[in-house]
Amino acid sequence: MNQYSQSAVPRTAYQKIWESHAVSGDPRSRALIYIDLHLVHEVTSPQAFAGLRSEHRPVRRPDLTLAVMDHTVPTWERSRPTPDLVAAEQLRQLADNCRAAAVPLLDLHHQRQGIVHVIGPELGLIQPGMTVVCGDSHTSTLGAFGALAFGIGTSEVEQVLASQCLWQAPVPTLEIRVEGELPLGVTAKDMALAIIGRVGVAGAQGTVVEYTGSAIRSLSMEGRLTVCNLTIEAGARAGLISPDETTVEYLRGRAGSCSGRDFDRAAQAWLDFATEDGARFDRTVVLQAAELVPHVTWGTNPGMVAAVTGRVPRVRDFASEAEREQAARALDYMGLQEGTAIEEIFIDRVFIGSCTNGRLEDLRAAAAIAAGGRVNPRVRAMVVPGSQAVKRAAEAEGLNRIFTAAGFEWREPGCSMCLGMNPDVLAPGERCASTSNRNFEGRQGAGGRTHLVSPPMAAAAALHGHFVDVRTLQPAPLTGGAVAAT
Amino acid sequence: MNAFTIHQGLCATLSRDDVDTDQIIPKQFLKRTDRSDYGDACFFAWRYDENGQPRPDFELNEPIYRGATILIAGRNFGCGSSREHAVWALAGMGFAVVIAPSFADIFTANSLQNGLLPVRLEAASVSRLRERAARGGYHVTVDLQSQEVRDDDGLVATFAVDPFGRDCLLSGRDPIAMALSESDAIGAFESRRPDWLPHTDGPGIV
Repeated sequence: MNQYSQSAVPRTAYQKIWESHAVSGDPRSRALIYIDLHLVHEVTSPQAFAGLRSEHRPVRRPDLTLAVMDHTVPTWERSRPTPDLVAAEQLRQLADNCRAAAVPLLDLHHQRQGIVHVIGPELGLIQPGMTVVCGDSHTSTLGAFGALAFGIGTSEVEQVLASQCLWQAPVPTLEIRVEGELPLGVTAKDMALAIIGRVGVAGAQGTVVEYTGSAIRSLSMEGRLTVCNLTIEAGARAGLISPDETTVEYLRGRAGSCSGRDFDRAAQAWLDFATEDGARFDRTVVLQAAELVPHVTWGTNPGMVAAVTGRVPRVRDFASEAEREQAARALDYMGLQEGTAIEEIFIDRVFIGSCTNGRLEDLRAAAAIAAGGRVNPRVRAMVVPGSQAVKRAAEAEGLNRIFTAAGFEWREPGCSMCLGMNPDVLAPGERCASTSNRNFEGRQGAGGRTHLVSPPMAAAAALHGHFVDVRTLQPAPLTGGAVAAT
Repeated sequence: MNAFTIHQGLCATLSRDDVDTDQIIPKQFLKRTDRSDYGDACFFAWRYDENGQPRPDFELNEPIYRGATILIAGRNFGCGSSREHAVWALAGMGFAVVIAPSFADIFTANSLQNGLLPVRLEAASVSRLRERAARGGYHVTVDLQSQEVRDDDGLVATFAVDPFGRDCLLSGRDPIAMALSESDAIGAFESRRPDWLPHTDGPGIV
């Protein structure tokens, strides 16, 4: 039993994690917090390792640190060195830094390589009650396990490498409760986009979000990872879901988990971190799952979102002058006319992948729509699995054959066109239906135009050449995880 | 850590909300492995056209703002990616202070780590500063000790700042050295950690 079982005042998972990780200082104001796992990638770590070297400081806990190459890696050809010499040098430095500090590294050719936020869960390294950081804002993804997981900058990466700790202040909690059942064709991605649309891109600023309610409980771990991934897009530092049997069963048999009776002991300890009945949140927002629909972003931040059956908004409909200016600028950048029906927006590219939607469940949902169809001749579509493990599992089910038969490109794992740090970029003016997380100006390539959607919505857009309401389509039936032959 | 006590400088405005770090420093500049010389890349796509020439319609290219060290920005400044390069780029462009109604959480932490002071003021105060700055030649003093922004016409606006970040900036103390000075407490904490917690050097990981 842990120290919280007898607590008089019901507590949230966040409060329990916070209080159990304070090393020193005052937990009510500013404390030194212990970090259970530090994930590292090539883009935000070189300056941190250089800082340690210049101060002659060692990495305190390489055994609680894991590095992976994901952001700049090519997804096409890996047998030859990447032609991008600057990116190659950055990858080389990560390898050198890990070797020198004995930090385990999943390099470009490793069978468990993948996007940092995808591989952590697969390996069973993210467990309830842990504190997890990474020099990457989408670390919020990992809160799906009932862990406190958040993104940090390079200076804090250096601090964690050196001390395995961070100076942190406690923050208020925001409960986002989603009740009821998601309609067919509406995914965790649509739920997350609806939440951002409701609370706004700064609506959760300064808080840790906890997702609750029957619709959240019904999600698989993969769906929960998608929802928590997008927490950062509402401005929150972290989002989490209290651990339950779904969490425990996902972790059973994973490399990072204990086995046998030790697993049962660990599972009890994990469930002790669950938010208790009657625990109080500082604020609560409630959504009804039955009212949710497939969503498409129309603008240049993830809060600029519309129902697939809706229209691009009119500038005059926004309440404030600042919002009208922002909307006008977004429409200009996106090359969209006010009032255009979302289903009449034609696209050039489709990207299925990323830490938001690059897991097996996402690829299955996209494949069920793609099966037997043909990518529109005006569209170039690519599928980038989130990890080598996802790629192998998808290939074992034949998903790759469904995609390639329909005209999708089937790629190697990495961050790819979510942020376009590798050769996968949009050309100026190109319009993309993307399962990623950010539709910021230039995010997928200078001048590129991004519409965020769910995996089935992206697959449907690929076939039709424009957005289509997936609820009107017949997905291929899934049999035992595989899409039935068509 | 760079110390910060008081700063006087010229103000420039960037009148947009939700400026994300992808705009402050686009991804093509994130492949470098040093901390300096990102100033020319700051606001790259907004600042330069396809031929590398300054865009005349971008606020920060206006001649009245040349030499500015204080940026007056909109709500939710620095949202999005955790890239600390955004702070290095703003500092490289010459900014020592950003004043805004609100900042993204990770950007705030990154700024404090680098001595770029994020000053959070009421939206009305930011609007007043923006109006004055838009005329050009507008200087203010930002005093971290008293937590005030002051101008020569009697404007005084008080701002809140994270007390720990403030202490570090005023003293120039290094948060890493402060953490390492707690190494006995860290060691004691480590000896109490539950044994079910995972390790990255275990079987089946790498």
